[in-house]
Amino acid sequence: MKDRIFKISLFAAAVVILLLTAGILYALVGKSLEVFNEYGVWGFVSNAEWDPRAATEEYGALSFIMGTIYTAFFALLLCIPFSLPVALFTGEYFKGKRIASIVSSIVDLLAGIPSIVYGLWGFYALRPVVIALGVNAQGFGVFLASIVLAVMIIPYASSLSSEFLSMVPNNLKEGAYSLGATRIEVIQKVSIPIAGSGIVASYILALGRALGETMAVTMLIGNTNNIPAGLRGTGNTMASVIANQFGEADGLKLSALIAIGLLLFIITAIINLIAKLIMKKLSAA
Amino acid sequence: MTNNVSTSTTGVKRRIVKDKMAYAFICIFAFLAMVPLFLILWEVVSKGYKNFNFRLFTEVAPSSMDAMFARVNGEPIPGGILNGITGTILIVGLAIFFTIPLGLYIGIYLSENSEKRFSKIISFLTDLLQGIPSIVIGIIAYAWVVKPLGSYSALAGSVALSIMMLPMIVRSTEETLKMLPRAYKEAGLALGSSYTNVVFRILLPSGFGGIFTGILLAISRVMGETAPLMLTALGASLVNWNIFEPTSSIPLLIWEFYNDPNLIDLIWSSSLLLLIVIFVLNWIAKIVARKWKI
Repeated sequence: MKDRIFKISLFAAAVVILLLTAGILYALVGKSLEVFNEYGVWGFVSNAEWDPRAATEEYGALSFIMGTIYTAFFALLLCIPFSLPVALFTGEYFKGKRIASIVSSIVDLLAGIPSIVYGLWGFYALRPVVIALGVNAQGFGVFLASIVLAVMIIPYASSLSSEFLSMVPNNLKEGAYSLGATRIEVIQKVSIPIAGSGIVASYILALGRALGETMAVTMLIGNTNNIPAGLRGTGNTMASVIANQFGEADGLKLSALIAIGLLLFIITAIINLIAKLIMKKLSAA
Repeated sequence: MTNNVSTSTTGVKRRIVKDKMAYAFICIFAFLAMVPLFLILWEVVSKGYKNFNFRLFTEVAPSSMDAMFARVNGEPIPGGILNGITGTILIVGLAIFFTIPLGLYIGIYLSENSEKRFSKIISFLTDLLQGIPSIVIGIIAYAWVVKPLGSYSALAGSVALSIMMLPMIVRSTEETLKMLPRAYKEAGLALGSSYTNVVFRILLPSGFGGIFTGILLAISRVMGETAPLMLTALGASLVNWNIFEPTSSIPLLIWEFYNDPNLIDLIWSSSLLLLIVIFVLNWIAKIVARKWKI
């Protein structure tokens, strides 16, 4: 009897996850409908005009979608030259050694720093550097936000890829060494091809993180409602426009912001799903 | 003939040089990746230690006016972040209270029924929940709690943090329990103890290390969250223990100070405190994981 109650309560707990997901979708979709009815889904997504003034009220998400894509992809590009060496250092060259665990735990600490502290660091320490480099006059913009985002996602990209690298079977590597290959040749011709799809999956996951990051980006991107003019330009991301404008929003604007949240949810869900599928295929093989 | 040999040795030399260069490159860039951590720590510690005093823990955040007068007179900023500390304890504490039993139960269910179709669906949805950006979770808690109750509140904030913590706790519980040897469970059942007893007296205690580590990491992850709290808990200038009232937290105060030029000096000591707490939690998690290894 007691066991039955216990088993039922375990099942009931699992159902909560189902309800939670359904409730999340219901809340996001339900509150987005107003803006989708007004402009149509495609009309909302493809319009770059965001004008909250009462007389000329108009809402479109394109500027923020573009801002998100710019910052996230540039951050990913910037993070690769650092995270891949970390992965090779800990998963290949010094696999299982003390120095590898020290390096990986220090890099992992980067993941523990709150987004808002990254924002402060970007604002006070990096912004003057960006201004001195002559990127733009105020320092704010896609460039500054992407640098900080790149640092933030290094631990996500490197720890997973290092795991995939260290799973490469030793006998394959030894075979290559016995043919006289150098270490970098083994990495290029054996380790990376075998761990490749896993490494790609880790970068996709890191990209998913970068897409949804809020506070640091909000503090650094400049917060203008336009499509960023390249890396030097200012703009807003989907996450940062929600953070900035949610507080005083109501009516159609609130619905537009929630619709942006729904889009962000869908995009990150798809990105994470792709990464998970790749990893699942790997573990099955 | 001799010519041939010499080209092949230069070829080998070139390959060795390339190998050495790649090694140097990888070491240098791997170490460069660690530099930002130290730069951030340096920035926070060197600017934050000045206001890191007793008052930080015993007084609430000063008003903008008081801070301005102190600045004009060249005095240290009056006040601390007591309202943020108590708010963080309240909001995170409530989230822990919501998620630990629920997360444990779901984790147990998933590890015990891993072959069932239903638990594969739940597993998939847990992953989905884990990937939701925190700002979107803020919107959800706003729609679920703030709107119906008509007020920003600590409760709404803790609902947001709970949605973030739950998937992490489920995953760590599930993975830890799956790693336990089957013999533990079989031995317990063979001795005639009930399923409930096997779970609570054998499986959970044996997996304590992994589960506890997962919980600590989940707490440290949500402790620094700002974005979802901006949409739900809002912030308050006084210490508040009422879960239905707007409440502050340390990250929310940092955000507030950052937007107020008079209070700007306090951001660094608040950040320093936040970082210390998070790193200590991470450190304890590491020790527990090592000591209670399965």
